[in-house]
Amino acid sequence: MKIARHWRDRVPRYRLEGQRHRHTGEVRFPPQPPALDEDPNDWEPYQLSGRGEIYSFSVLRQTPEGFASFGVYPVALVRLEEGPLVTAQLTDCDESELTIGMPVEMVTRRLMDTGEDGVLVYGYKFRPRLS
Amino acid sequence: MMKPQQPVGIIGYGTYIPRYRIAAREIARIWTDGQSGTPVEAKSVPGPDEDTITMSIEAARNALARASIPASALGAVWIGSESHPYSVKPSGTVVADALGAGPWVSAADWEFACKAGSEALTAAMALVGSGMQRYALAIGADTAQGRPGDALEYTASAGAAALIVGPAEEALATVDATISYVTDTPDFYRRADRPYPVHGNRFTGEPAYFHQIQSAAGELLRQLGRTAADFTYAVFHQPNAKFPQAVAKRLGFTDRQVAPGLLSPQIGNTYSGAALIGLCAILDIAQPGDTIFMTTYGSGAGSDAYALTVTEAVLERRERAPLTATYLKRAVMIDYAIYAKWRGKLVMG
Repeated sequence: MKIARHWRDRVPRYRLEGQRHRHTGEVRFPPQPPALDEDPNDWEPYQLSGRGEIYSFSVLRQTPEGFASFGVYPVALVRLEEGPLVTAQLTDCDESELTIGMPVEMVTRRLMDTGEDGVLVYGYKFRPRLS
Repeated sequence: MMKPQQPVGIIGYGTYIPRYRIAAREIARIWTDGQSGTPVEAKSVPGPDEDTITMSIEAARNALARASIPASALGAVWIGSESHPYSVKPSGTVVADALGAGPWVSAADWEFACKAGSEALTAAMALVGSGMQRYALAIGADTAQGRPGDALEYTASAGAAALIVGPAEEALATVDATISYVTDTPDFYRRADRPYPVHGNRFTGEPAYFHQIQSAAGELLRQLGRTAADFTYAVFHQPNAKFPQAVAKRLGFTDRQVAPGLLSPQIGNTYSGAALIGLCAILDIAQPGDTIFMTTYGSGAGSDAYALTVTEAVLERRERAPLTATYLKRAVMIDYAIYAKWRGKLVMG
């Protein structure tokens, strides 16, 4: 069950692929199935740049199951250059250096280890932009 | 000596080095009360969310940015490593999907201790040089394991390099020729299901690293009719700081030719990444017309040697992705306790 869920999300998770509206140019993430009143062809796959800024952030000190190995870690709302707001873990950073508006970039990292006989789950995180 | 039917070259390259480092003297503090000499200054350590797959993805994205081709143009995604996260389930499929290279692409994991990455490079030259594909991505990446307290623990580190091979006319560096030299040498091995590799002591050094590299490098120079002095730069597999400098000297290369690609003192032995990251560091500073001599080494044992010539295209393309120096610079030191936790060396009761 879990394997299927992770597998289904692999494209948006691995490479931050969203959707763009063919007529209005609106970009959205994550990708969604078409609404009932929409033409299924209106939204096309769209590769996001991965660049954005920290819109807000928090630090998780009591981590959910599967994330204990990361210890204390930050999560953020990231405003992407193309518009969408994405919730993600931050990595390769210290809590003390984080600020609202900080430029960040997407990296693909290990999100979760589902156990010795389970799959490794990979997906997007953000880090302070390399200079 | 091997040359493809159609000339090929590197059209994009990229490195990745994790930001964490542990000082060799910190490891010596734990095991020898700080009294032993250390083979390097520090080594890179993968963060808790990093492995061969994640490092390969970032190195490959850098290579694609430099090549300025869409990932879908790649005909192969080949990853050489001895630390693939799964024993069965290819790293290449995850990396191909993360890049957007699939599904019409060849993907495979290569294995040959520390020269798995250059095996992939030679195969990529063949795939492109035969005209079967226009572009092929070869990656060398490792999160190497050393048994706690073993000599290897001072050097076994993490990093990745990605090279996109394409037609020579699009190259930032042409790969003019290569040669492979392989002998059954039990210098270093890890049996299936064992967590750490071991050294076949008396085979380490002379019959292994030095014999294979000198054979491959010496023969390629001879067949090319060139000498060490004909090359601007040279880079060798670097399991520590001493070996690559010693083998370079034996082959007639100077410290000046070797220095730009010698990264092991700062980051340790990145295994499959080692010589290839050194090559990328050289491409970061090379000028058009410069020539590069590279020889990799993998235990078990064997070496691949390559002669490259840098083109005009390097100047503009190198700026399209982070330089190796950028990754070297962002070093964050950790202590042995954090290292032990992240590297899975703690027994959780």
